[in-house]
Amino acid sequence: MQQIPAPLWTLVIGIVVTLISLWYGQNNNLLPVQASEQAPLVDDFFNVMVTIGTALFIVVQGTIIYSLIRFRRRKGDDTDGLPIEGNLPLEAFWTAIPAIIVVGLGLYSVVVFQDMGGFAPGGHHHGGMMMAQAPQHEMVDVGSPMLAQAGEGGSRQVYGFGASPMVEGNRPDLTVNVTGMQYAWIFRYPDTAIVDGELHVPVGQDVQLLIEAQDVIHSFWVPQFRLKQDALPGQPAELRFVATKEGTYPVVCAELCGAYHGGMRTQVIVHSLEDYAAWEASRVAELPGAAETVAVNPATMTDAEYLTQIAQDIPIEATQIAQLARLSNP
Amino acid sequence: MAQADLSFNSPVAPHGHPDKWKWYHYFTFNVDHKVIGIQYLVTSFLFYLVGGFMAVMLRTELATPDSDFLSPELYNAFLTNHGTIMIFLWIVPAAIGGFGNYLIPLMIGARDMAFPKLNAIAFWLNPPAGALLLGSFYFGGAQAGWTSYPPLSEITANAAQTLWILAIVLVGTSSILGSVNFLVTIWKMRVPSMKWDQIPLFCWAMVATSILALFSTPVLAAGLILLLFDINFGTSFFKPDAGGNVVVYQHLFWFYSHPAVYLMILPIFGIMSEVIPVHARKPIFGYKAIAYSSLTICLVGLFVWVHHMFTSGTPPWMRIFFTISTLIVAVPTGIKIFSWVATLWGGKIRYTTAMLFAVGLLSMFVFGGLSGVTLGTAPFDIHVHDTYYVVGHFHYVLFGGSVFGIYSAVYHWFPKITGRMLNEPLGKIHFVLTFIGTILTFTPMHALGMQGMPRRVAMYDAQFTDLNQLVTVGAYILAVSVIPFYINVLWSWSKGQKAGDNPWNALTLEWTTASPPIIENWDVLPVVTHGPYEYGHEPEEELETVS
Repeated sequence: MQQIPAPLWTLVIGIVVTLISLWYGQNNNLLPVQASEQAPLVDDFFNVMVTIGTALFIVVQGTIIYSLIRFRRRKGDDTDGLPIEGNLPLEAFWTAIPAIIVVGLGLYSVVVFQDMGGFAPGGHHHGGMMMAQAPQHEMVDVGSPMLAQAGEGGSRQVYGFGASPMVEGNRPDLTVNVTGMQYAWIFRYPDTAIVDGELHVPVGQDVQLLIEAQDVIHSFWVPQFRLKQDALPGQPAELRFVATKEGTYPVVCAELCGAYHGGMRTQVIVHSLEDYAAWEASRVAELPGAAETVAVNPATMTDAEYLTQIAQDIPIEATQIAQLARLSNP
Repeated sequence: MAQADLSFNSPVAPHGHPDKWKWYHYFTFNVDHKVIGIQYLVTSFLFYLVGGFMAVMLRTELATPDSDFLSPELYNAFLTNHGTIMIFLWIVPAAIGGFGNYLIPLMIGARDMAFPKLNAIAFWLNPPAGALLLGSFYFGGAQAGWTSYPPLSEITANAAQTLWILAIVLVGTSSILGSVNFLVTIWKMRVPSMKWDQIPLFCWAMVATSILALFSTPVLAAGLILLLFDINFGTSFFKPDAGGNVVVYQHLFWFYSHPAVYLMILPIFGIMSEVIPVHARKPIFGYKAIAYSSLTICLVGLFVWVHHMFTSGTPPWMRIFFTISTLIVAVPTGIKIFSWVATLWGGKIRYTTAMLFAVGLLSMFVFGGLSGVTLGTAPFDIHVHDTYYVVGHFHYVLFGGSVFGIYSAVYHWFPKITGRMLNEPLGKIHFVLTFIGTILTFTPMHALGMQGMPRRVAMYDAQFTDLNQLVTVGAYILAVSVIPFYINVLWSWSKGQKAGDNPWNALTLEWTTASPPIIENWDVLPVVTHGPYEYGHEPEEELETVS
């Protein structure tokens, strides 16, 4: 085993690898802009994994390359290598190190998951039972019939991400019902009866999305929020977040939902509080009247009819609508 | 070597068969494990081309952000069948059916598998499955992804989806029959002088693979049959508006399909443990650790499936439980990687193509394993689930891992199977193209996913165009890389340099018989006098007697 490098070399290599890993962990720039309270939690966690991963990557790849050069067969040498069959301390070492890393990452991910609100979807895990019941009913009241069932009798559990520990027990500032359908997202604001093809939210406010699907499974994803939740037919889900940065971000469908899955994109606009109020007021003013809003029932329309109606709100091309119309009327 | 006639009088297996199989015997219901192994290999290498063709079509479509090359329906049919074919008709049959059947009896000193007829039945379930998949294109092709989640799979291309289900049930049945056969063969058919710690590590890996397949495959079959009933017979197991539950399917599917990942990599780990010691001229480092880590992966691998469902309406406790169980898999996997690296250390490494692919796999797998750890954690997976990050990750482990391993195995055992060497310069061209192509194709996918590109899309946001074009270039390089390989195999099979019994001076039992082996493998069964990897222990005469 005299090939093992001298302790000094090991130390120098160790320091260099550590420095490179720490640097790359902080400067990988692989993730997009952070626009929600959850995003920095996820990114810090990812960067820790990148740091550890970079160190392991360099050490293992470095050892492979070193071995390939140092221990290559020389011309004319037909002998075998050293008859080393194992080394118990070494094997114990490389079992223990990953085990420790893995346990550490496991614990860290529990903490991050909790801070993101992962333990509290559907309000089932708020403080005491009594406290949880009341707001929960109010919360689901505003949903569609499917969502309303969610709170009753506990037969339909709501999953996803709920209140983070910071806002636990509070009612959300804004609730939006999100419906995924082939190939569009519909956002309904129960407090104001606004229906839109884009999601508008105020910055810094505690927003609750109640997500479901009308036809097949879709998945609501805002990369800049680092949040994703499948929209499931027959099973409501919750996504609760605080947007932290004004701007326009994509809303992407992440679950294969049919031929035009890739075209199922819209956007979320994070407004300043004033802009949001202005947007809300302008949309409420535009509302032609409660009766007509109710009449817009997507369930009774073909996809093509529905999409034509909201086409100006969602980035779907006229040709795609035409193709859809052709598909639904063969 | 004129012992072939002796096998007629062999006291062990007095089967009536000719001295040597003719070409047409390879197209019949033949019970010789070597014939079946070759049948599996040739069939799977044909389907590899079909699946690869689909990949090229997909990448051509994705060279531009708009859907302008294939119709979106055909795009989805290609992506569904690309995944299905590569898994069920390429990697699984090549690694398990092909090398498993060919090598296991030879490695343990048996004349054949325990149940030769069952073995042949298992193979002959595969061609109809392939025909069903190809035939499904007449009905538009299954379009719901290889995962075929309902309700999409229940409302899209019903006839094609039904054929798809039948095809998977056929290959699943094949897999169950094969697994029983492998377990009984390794358990009962070892040459008596072989002790448990002298069994080659490929066989240990196949034990773990077979146990996993036996436990998990029936669950997939159950899920798919429920789906079949929903589509064709009016049941509503997965129809939410009639009381069904769409998430239950995902549990049934992933209970098999996560272990399926290990089905595709455990045999490859076994191949690694065979190839690296031979070409590094060193004993495998940590035989027991590698053998037990296969079994650990098999055990833990049965309890990680929900990490595919972190966004699909899964209770919080489940997301945490499966985060931690998934992370645990990194430990036995790490043990294997470190053991192979330690096997290289202090060796006399020979740069054969088999070794290049093995070391290439090692290198790829380090990256794929690390990205796998990140994906296993629920908080980060929420962001990258169902994105190109996942596509990049699993291609790193399935292409950079499994396919590299299959290539390595072909270069290593082709001389045994055919009696002729593959051409080394062509092999090295093949390796360099594959290595570069793999990195170019699958590395940028990670960045794409994190930046916001979902998977399974025929059209994407124009900001992702540059990276996608890089990926497409990489995919074309991979497409070109198979050309020198197929030429090499076709040419060398008839015209290659004669190999002799043991061209690599290897110590496992398959190298003690002729190349190609006679029909019942040996005239007189070999006696095991040393471990499978005892390189460097004794001077050269040990090796001379073997060759």
